Amino acid sequence: MDYVRYIDRTRAYYQSQGYQEPYRWAHFEDVPFARLTKPLSECTLALVSTSDVAVRDDNVEVQKTDPELMVGNVYSISSDTPTDRLYTRQEHYDRNATHLDDVNSYFPITRLHELAAQGKIARIAARAHGVYTAYSHRKTLTVDAPQVLKRCREDGVDAVILTPV
Amino acid sequence: MCHQTVSLVARYLEENGLPTVVMSIARDIVEHAGVPRCLFVDFPLGNPCGEPYQPDMQRQIVAMALDLLETADGPRTTVQAPFKWSKGEKWKETIFTEEQPFLEGEAYDNWVKSKETYRQRKSEGKL
Repeated sequence: MDYVRYIDRTRAYYQSQGYQEPYRWAHFEDVPFARLTKPLSECTLALVSTSDVAVRDDNVEVQKTDPELMVGNVYSISSDTPTDRLYTRQEHYDRNATHLDDVNSYFPITRLHELAAQGKIARIAARAHGVYTAYSHRKTLTVDAPQVLKRCREDGVDAVILTPV
Repeated sequence: MCHQTVSLVARYLEENGLPTVVMSIARDIVEHAGVPRCLFVDFPLGNPCGEPYQPDMQRQIVAMALDLLETADGPRTTVQAPFKWSKGEKWKETIFTEEQPFLEGEAYDNWVKSKETYRQRKSEGKL
């Protein structure tokens, strides 16, 4: 079976739910492209995700109920955090087909550590970053994305892997 | 929407010289936005890095994404991971349909609340 066209599917779905104004998805003709400046095996890699991963029993930097988070934001967690202390508060996934009990199925920090140990990459950056989805494209592009870039540069990152939920 | 957010972040990082790869389930949203490198994983929303508790599969998929950092020749490079969801493809027919609401109960209430918060902050000029 062919893959799901989410733009078409959600437009029809939300119209059936009474939302007449279709969502305007971000669209750009031009796509930037940066090349690695060294072999992947020498690169420091950062993980960036919208999967709303948090640290269990920790004084988390942010709270789910914070209205600021509902309009985007960036937070960071140590890449060395044991996986069994990580969990997600994300509610937007296909809950009829799957679950988010295995952090590595959307926030592959253990897999990246394994690939670093195998020499595929040099190392994982000290911090992984979480980005909250903003309804405003502009907010994401002018506030949150620059914050991710700043933190990546502070950590000497050479490349970034991004995972959405 | 989260696919759009990671796409926008990826684009910004690339514009500033940092190579990226997006692991994607919603291929159309990512390609509509336009990103340099996309590893498409044809799984239900929530598991872009492989099926839960399948570490070998996850490692292969993540490694494929990393390979794209070296192998992509130019922007809009999409490669599909060679895996099928082990429990069949019924989910493709039911996601975002009237028969199967995407969000229910508290999750739906939180979504409505977040939209209201966005509108309010926008009207206050705080975005």
